[in-house]
Amino acid sequence: MTAEHEFDPIRDSLDHCVKCTICESACPVAAVTPLFPGPKYVGPQAERFRGAGASVDASLDYCSSCGICTLACPQGVHVAEINSRARQVMKAQKGMPVRDHILSRPELQGILGTPVAPLANFALANKLGRLLTEKIVGIHRNAAVPKFAGHTFSRWARRHTPPATATRQVVYFHGCSTNYFEPGLGRMTIAVLEHNGFRVIVPPQGCCGLPLQSNGIFEAGRGYVRRLVAHLVPYAKKGDVIVATSTSCGLMLKREAIEILGVQDEDLRVVSTQTFDICEFLADLLAAGELKTDFQPVPITVTYHAPCQQQGHNIGKPALDLFALVPELKVIELDRACCGIAGTYGLKREKYDVAMKVGSGLFGDIRSAQPDLAVCDSETCRWQITHGSGSTSVHPVEVLYRAYGLG
Amino acid sequence: MAGLVAAVRLAEAGLRVVTVAKGYGSLRLAPATIDILGYRPDPVDSPAQALPGFAAAHPDHPYAQVSPDVLAKSVQWLKEHVDTYSYVGEPDANMLLPTALGVPRPSAVVPETMAAGDLRSAGPLLIAGFGVLKDFHASLVAENLTAATAARGRAVRARPVVLNPSVNGDADVGALALARRFEDAAFRGVVVEELRAAATGDEAIGLPAVLGLDQARSVWTELQQATGRPVFEIPTAVPPSVPGLRLAQALQDRLRRAGGRLVLGAEAAGPELRNSELVGVRIRAAARVTPRTCRWVVLATGGLSAGGIAVDTAGALREPALGLPVHGPGPGETGFVPGYLSDHPMETAGLRVDSRLRPVGPDGEPVYPNVYAAGAVIGGARPWREKSGDGISLSTGYLAADEILKEAG
Repeated sequence: MTAEHEFDPIRDSLDHCVKCTICESACPVAAVTPLFPGPKYVGPQAERFRGAGASVDASLDYCSSCGICTLACPQGVHVAEINSRARQVMKAQKGMPVRDHILSRPELQGILGTPVAPLANFALANKLGRLLTEKIVGIHRNAAVPKFAGHTFSRWARRHTPPATATRQVVYFHGCSTNYFEPGLGRMTIAVLEHNGFRVIVPPQGCCGLPLQSNGIFEAGRGYVRRLVAHLVPYAKKGDVIVATSTSCGLMLKREAIEILGVQDEDLRVVSTQTFDICEFLADLLAAGELKTDFQPVPITVTYHAPCQQQGHNIGKPALDLFALVPELKVIELDRACCGIAGTYGLKREKYDVAMKVGSGLFGDIRSAQPDLAVCDSETCRWQITHGSGSTSVHPVEVLYRAYGLG
Repeated sequence: MAGLVAAVRLAEAGLRVVTVAKGYGSLRLAPATIDILGYRPDPVDSPAQALPGFAAAHPDHPYAQVSPDVLAKSVQWLKEHVDTYSYVGEPDANMLLPTALGVPRPSAVVPETMAAGDLRSAGPLLIAGFGVLKDFHASLVAENLTAATAARGRAVRARPVVLNPSVNGDADVGALALARRFEDAAFRGVVVEELRAAATGDEAIGLPAVLGLDQARSVWTELQQATGRPVFEIPTAVPPSVPGLRLAQALQDRLRRAGGRLVLGAEAAGPELRNSELVGVRIRAAARVTPRTCRWVVLATGGLSAGGIAVDTAGALREPALGLPVHGPGPGETGFVPGYLSDHPMETAGLRVDSRLRPVGPDGEPVYPNVYAAGAVIGGARPWREKSGDGISLSTGYLAADEILKEAG
């Protein structure tokens, strides 16, 4: 440690590590592959040798950034965050494939893919196209990639007329996937919020930078999150709540941009404290007696998997409290750590098999439950779940939308 | 363990239970045997018989609030709530099980996979280690066991063997990785072959506690059948503890099935008060601290080593979750004495509780009428010396739930 060392609450948390191995025993990646020796080994242990920025261990690249190690740690060590930062240094030193630059820019993908959606979707569904993509770019031929919707949610939102009856206001951060791949989720979210008497503001917005962060491209990631914050901060400063349906992007605003990218910015701090995961927000309304509970029977069976990034909010599983209000809805709570995809991790040629092994327990549970829907809060996890289990996977909001009789 | 026991019990009784945890608890590091009372300090043969006298002699000990009836009921409850495998034994009598250092250790209620190692009745033993598992040395166990049992007057002959099945070609694996390999039938086949070649006469076989994770019962059963010998697990000395992981998972599964909620990675940041009454707990989650309201709180945050009790550099003790008064050596008083294995006053630091397990202030009155404590956060015990930690956690977790259920009606 040098004389100019300043206290850093993330890195310095490694001093609390007592080498108890609880993170190692919870790590879903180390459980299925010897390529990753475990979060303690590459994290608090290796970090002591990194000192002036030297990368000591390439196996760090096999960490999926699911964050379960941080969640599991009883001593408060920020294992996943330390590892994400170390990966950035390692990739900066060793270089990274062009693929990672492409995968980590969903907004760019959306802007390029949306106008030519039929062609892009054809290419993505075409075996020869996927084989070439694997060989040339390094995206596994079988990996679950989404389809371009061909139109954007933001365009729909601009033309949408809010109901005149609204008595309160909320800001919606929809994220890239809702904008380009699942605009229906955005429309359902607005319907659910409007049903509860909200006027929903959809400010212009771009990518939060999370995929860049998880691929170790920090400087560009900081630029994205700062631009997003600039769009959201006027509302946050007025005290408006910002809700997110993309649970990992919501967590980026709440925590990861600060703890991993190290963005120290008053605007981000204000946005962070005003940001809520959609189910967290609705469950808080319920607790305050302000949620409409005019739910109609939804006589189906659903499984619920709380993805790693949703668990990173440290809020438990509020979706279950909401589902409990829906008559005739049968909910099977799954207890598997991870589906394996971890954003873009499971798309990569060399990591696809690891990701599928990580998710195999979850896929098996879903197959044996034979649900009508497999519910999950995170978009990349939903695509992976459908790919791995064959079940249609939806966001919790879609179940509530049905239960409210909105569509 | 105390928190999970209380949470499962309350959730199964129909209460809405939210378990808030900073991370996974130390149960995952424990051998998961239920040690009730092993030494007082002389060796205890029957915890059930010894407890009333022990409690009377130690009025500040958590056992002073636990009746033999509650203890027996809590043990019965645990046996009914672990699906992984059976727990065997009763509080009436301590078994003597080998540790990874070859020391006979008193424990009353243990996983069925460990019971055949009971040195009170064991015949000759073959202690099998693995070349790849550097945390368990068969010769150390065997030699120490032979010497220690002879010194106690009933010599058990123990003999080591080192098995060398390939584990992913690695030179060095941990207990958990080995346990996962044991869920593979082909791997077990190789182990069984080596064991059959090594065992002679009427030896029972002792192995490190790595015989499967989720499928422990079937792995253990298969090994006994395939070798035709009693097989027993010996808890490994350094983390992770596979039996601890099994028990933690079993209780967590029970909590989920009973509709209880688990909020992981969140920390208690103080009481939520209204007119000085506790109406909830302030919870630190991502981005903010928010109150969670509740009628009752069970505080099961662990002792000094787990962070449930904190001590600052000046020596001041505090209870970080709710700010409850801690009983123990204050700043300037002697917390630690020379001699690693001496009785350190700091060891017994913790909360003091009333007969209903409610933490009390210096006046002996409950600080909050709706806050209960369970497990190692309660002071007054020296679990590592007494071999009492699991018994305290199980019985106080059970009793805290009992008290709340009485009030809930």
